[in-house]
Amino acid sequence: MKELKIETRNLSFYYGNKLALNSVSFNMYANHVTALIGPSGCGKSTFLRTLNRMNDLIPGTRVDGEILIDGLNIYDKDIDVVNLRKKIGMVFQRSNPFAKSIYDNITYGPKINGIHKKEVLDEIVESSLKKAAIWEEVKDRLDHSALGLSGGQQQRLCIARALSVNPEILLMDEPASALDPISTGKIEELIFELKKTFTIIIVTHNMQQAARVSDYTAFFYMGEMVEYGKTKKIFTTPDKKQTEEYITGRFG
Amino acid sequence: MKTSKKITGGLLIGITGFSVFLIIAILIFMLVMIIIGAKGEFSWKFITQFPQNGMTQGGIFPALFGTALMVIIMSVAAVPFGTITAIYLTEYAHEESIISKSIRFAVRTLAVVPSIIFGLFGLGFFIKFIGTGMDNMFNAGQLKWAQPNILWASLTMALLTLPVVIVSVEEAIKSVPREMRDASLALGATKWQTIRKVVIPGARSGILTGTILAISRGAGEVAPILFTGAAYYLAKLPTSLSDQFMSLGYHIYIMSTQSTNVDQTLPIQFATTLVLLLLTFTLNLSAILIRVRLRKK
Amino acid sequence: MDTKIIFPEDRESLNLHETEESTAMDPQGQKDPNAFVFTKESLKKKIRPSEFLSEKLITGVAFLSIAIIVLIFFFVFREAFPIFTQKEKKSETQVTAVIPEKYGDTSSGNTVKPEQYGAETPTPENKEEGKTEIKNTGNVIKPERYGVPEDSIQESTGEEEYTGSEISQLTPAETFHLSSLFGKEWMPVSERPRYGLIPLIVGTLKVTLIAILFAAPLAILAALFSVAFAPHWLRETIKPAIEMLAGFPSVVIGFFALTIMATALQAVFGYETRLNAFVGGIAMALAAIPIIFTVTEDSMNAIPETYSEASLALGATRWQTAFFVVLPAATPGIFAAVLLGIGRIFGETMIALMATGNAALLSANPFESVRTLAATIGAEMAEVVFGDTHYSVLFLIGALLFVFTFALNAIAEFYVKGKLMKRFQGKLS
Ligand SMILES: Nc1ncnc2c1ncn2[C@@H]1O[C@H](COP(=O)(O)OP(=O)(O)OP(=O)(O)O)[C@@H](O)[C@H]1O
Ligand SMILES: [Mg+2]
Repeated sequence: MKELKIETRNLSFYYGNKLALNSVSFNMYANHVTALIGPSGCGKSTFLRTLNRMNDLIPGTRVDGEILIDGLNIYDKDIDVVNLRKKIGMVFQRSNPFAKSIYDNITYGPKINGIHKKEVLDEIVESSLKKAAIWEEVKDRLDHSALGLSGGQQQRLCIARALSVNPEILLMDEPASALDPISTGKIEELIFELKKTFTIIIVTHNMQQAARVSDYTAFFYMGEMVEYGKTKKIFTTPDKKQTEEYITGRFG
Repeated sequence: MKTSKKITGGLLIGITGFSVFLIIAILIFMLVMIIIGAKGEFSWKFITQFPQNGMTQGGIFPALFGTALMVIIMSVAAVPFGTITAIYLTEYAHEESIISKSIRFAVRTLAVVPSIIFGLFGLGFFIKFIGTGMDNMFNAGQLKWAQPNILWASLTMALLTLPVVIVSVEEAIKSVPREMRDASLALGATKWQTIRKVVIPGARSGILTGTILAISRGAGEVAPILFTGAAYYLAKLPTSLSDQFMSLGYHIYIMSTQSTNVDQTLPIQFATTLVLLLLTFTLNLSAILIRVRLRKK
Repeated sequence: MDTKIIFPEDRESLNLHETEESTAMDPQGQKDPNAFVFTKESLKKKIRPSEFLSEKLITGVAFLSIAIIVLIFFFVFREAFPIFTQKEKKSETQVTAVIPEKYGDTSSGNTVKPEQYGAETPTPENKEEGKTEIKNTGNVIKPERYGVPEDSIQESTGEEEYTGSEISQLTPAETFHLSSLFGKEWMPVSERPRYGLIPLIVGTLKVTLIAILFAAPLAILAALFSVAFAPHWLRETIKPAIEMLAGFPSVVIGFFALTIMATALQAVFGYETRLNAFVGGIAMALAAIPIIFTVTEDSMNAIPETYSEASLALGATRWQTAFFVVLPAATPGIFAAVLLGIGRIFGETMIALMATGNAALLSANPFESVRTLAATIGAEMAEVVFGDTHYSVLFLIGALLFVFTFALNAIAEFYVKGKLMKRFQGKLS
C-alpha cells in the first residue's frame, strides 16, 4: 500500500550558470522516509529546497523539469508559493528557533495562518510539542526564550514548529548533524514516529542514520541522482559501484 | 650596518608611536581644559535654570530643552525612514543591482555633504518652498511656516543623520541569521510577514543604536540649524512646531563669538560646552555598549 | 556497519516498535481531508495587497536618499540661480520678480522679533562681519577693510582690476555682473557690494592645506602604528580614543580653538592676529583626524595577511614590513582617506566661523585671518534679505561646496575602490 506522494521528472537546477542538479527523476512515497545521501556539495540540500521552492528566494536560480506532489506540478505558474510552503514543513541543519519564547515559536506559523484564538493556539502548542517529543521537557517553561534550550531540544522545537502548521510533507536537512548521540537517537525515534503521519525526506551524512530511519534511499553524486531504491537494498547490494564506494566509506 | 638599520627602525616606529601619543594627548588636553574652564559654573542649577541678566548669569535650561526637543522630532523623522531604507537595501534590493548601488552611493554622499549645505537646503526647501506653500494654503499667505522654526531645523537635521541610522540598522539586520528568515518563510510566512515579525524584532537593538548615534550627532551639529530655527535667546520654551528654539551648540557658538560680554561669560561657555560633550559622550557610550552586547550574542 | 544496523523494514518484523498499532491505524484517518491536499484550488495564486503595498512603499522610501541628493542639487542651485539671470536683466526689480514677493515677508519677520536673531543681538556692530572677531580678540584685523566706508578701498583696489565696479558706479542700486564673482574683494554688506569669491576660495584652500598637512601624516602614521606595531591592549585603547575624538561636535572643537588653542599657539609662535588660518587649520585637523585614521586603518586591515607574512618570512623586520609592504599596499585606501578628510575640512563651518578670524583677506601668510566659503554662508545667511544678490551668491557658494564634496566622494568611492579591487584580486603587484 505505497501511496505516491512526490514525483520529480527530469529536475535540473541552476545557480546562475552553474548546474547543481542534473535531470533528477524519482518517486517519494507517503508515510515513508526517503533519505538523500551523497558527498558534500552533490546537491542534496539543493534538491530538498526545490521541493518547497525555497530556492526561489535565491536570485539568479533556474529550475527545469517538474515536481509533482499529489500529481500537481508545484512549479506551475499558477501555484501560490506561500501556501505551498504551509503544507511542507522544513527542518534545517542548524537549529534555528526564533529569538522568542517557546510558545511564540510554535504559534508563529498558526498565527500567520490567521489563527488567533488562545485555546486553539494552546492546543496546537501542546500537540505539536508532544508530536516532537519535547512536551514533557518544556511544558513548564513555555514562556522562556527558546534560545535557552539545549541544541537537541532546540532542534526538536524546530520540528514541533514545522509540525504546527499541519504539513503533509516534512523536509529535514541534516537535522541531527550538530547533535550529540543521545539527542540524535531521540530525533531518529521521532522520525520513526512521525512517518505515520507525514511523508518525510531527510538529508543525512550519517550512513547509519540513513540506514536506521529511512525506507528508501537516493544516492546523489555531483548533481546527479546515481541510484535509488529500498534502503536495505542500497546498503546491502547496491547496483552502482560509486554507491558502494560511498557507503563503505571509500570516498566522500 | 645593522645598528644603523636598527636606529632607522626605532626612529620610524617612534614617529608612528608619537603620532598616536600626540592625538591622545590633544584629546586629553581638550577634555581637561574644558572641565577646568567649566568647574566654577557647572552645577545642577546650571542645567535647570533659565539664563539671567542678559545671559551673563543663570543656566542653560532652554538650550538643553530645545536640543532635546529638536532631536526627538528629528528621530521621529529619521529613524523610520532610515530603517525602511535599510530594510530595502538588505531585504529587497539585489546587492549588485544598479538601484541598490545608487542608493548606497547616495547614502554615503549624504554622509559627507558638509552640514552647512543641509542648512542651505533646509532654508531653500523647507522654509522657502514647503513653508511658503503651507502658508499660502493654510494660512492665507500669512507668515507662519515660511520662517525658521524647530520643525524645519529638526527635519534638516533628520536628513543629516539619515545615513547614521541607515548604516546602523543595516548592520543589525545583516546580523539576523539567514536561517531565521528561512524558518519563517518555510512556515509559509510571506516576505513582509517575515520582515515584520522576525527581521525587525531581531534588529531592534541596531535600530536603537542607530537612533542614539543619530541623536548624538544631531545634538552636536550647529551649522544646519544656524538659519533654520535656532535662536539666540528666547524668554519661553518652544510650545509649537512653528516656534524657534535655543540649542546647546548654537548657544556655545553665539556666546563665544557674538555676545557683548564674551570674557565675562566664559565660565558659562565652558560649562555649556561640557554639558554638550557629556551629552554626546553618554549617548555614544551607550550606543557602543549596546553594540558590544549585540555582537556577543 | 552491516549486521548492527536494523533497517526499518526489519524493525517492523522484529516487532521492536508498536508496529501493530501503527499499521492498523489509518494515517489518513487523522487528517482533515479538505485542509491539506495538494490541489490546484488550494494552491491557487493569491493576491496579497499588504505584501504588494509594503514592497512598493519600502522601495519608494528607499529612493528617498537619492531624492534628497537630487533635491539638494535642485534647491541649492535654484536659490543661486537668479544671479545667472540678472546678468541680462540688470535691474533689481526683476530679481525680485524671480522670487515671489512672499519671501520678502520673511525678512520682515526677522525684524519683528529681533531678539531671536543672532544677527540682531544687543550689539549693533554684529551686522558687519568680522567685527565680532575683532571685538573678541582685541586684535585689529586690518580694520580698513571692514565696516569702513568703501570709498577708501574703491580708490585703492577697485578701479583697475575690478570689472564690475564701473557698472556698479553707474547703477549703484543693485546691479550684479557674473564676472564680479572673480573679483578679489568680498564685501557684500556695503553701499556698493562686491562679491569677489577669490579671497574666500584662497582662504578655504589655505586652511584646508594647513589642516590636511597636519592631520594626514598624523592620522596615517597613527593608523600604521595601530595596525603594525601596537600590542593588542594598546590598539583597544587607541580605537575608543579616536572614536571619542570623532564624537566631539565641531562647535566644541571650534570653541576650544577659539578660547584656548588660539592663545596657546599665539604664545608659541608669536604672530600678531590671534585668530587666523593656522589656528583654524589645526582645529580642523582635529576634526579630520578620526576620518583619515579610520579609513586608513580599515584599508590597512584589508590587506591580506599573506602580504606581510611573506615579507616577514623573507627576513624583513617588522618596521620594514610596515613601511615597505603595508603602507604602499594601502595607498589607494590612504588616498581615499585623505580625500574624505579634505572633504570634511573643506565644508567645515563651525570651526571656521569660530577660529579663523573671518576676515576675507587675500594673502599667503598662514598667520593672517581668513574667511572660508563655508564660514561665509554660516555667518551671513541669517542676515541677508531673502532673494537679493547676496542671498543668491551665498547659495552659489553652497552649490560650489556641494559639487566639490560630491566629486571628492565620488572619486574616493569609484577610483579608489577600483584600484583596491584590482590590486588585491589580481596578481600581487
Ligand atoms: N546559493 C548558492 N549559490 C551558488 N551555488 C550554490 C548555492 N548553494 C549551493 N551552491 C552550490 O551547489 C552545489 C550543491 O550544493 P548543496 O548545498 O545542494 O550541496 P549538499 O549536497 O547539500 O552539500 P552538503 O552535504 O555540504 O550540505 C554546490 O556545489 C554548491 O557550491
Ligand atoms: Mg547541504
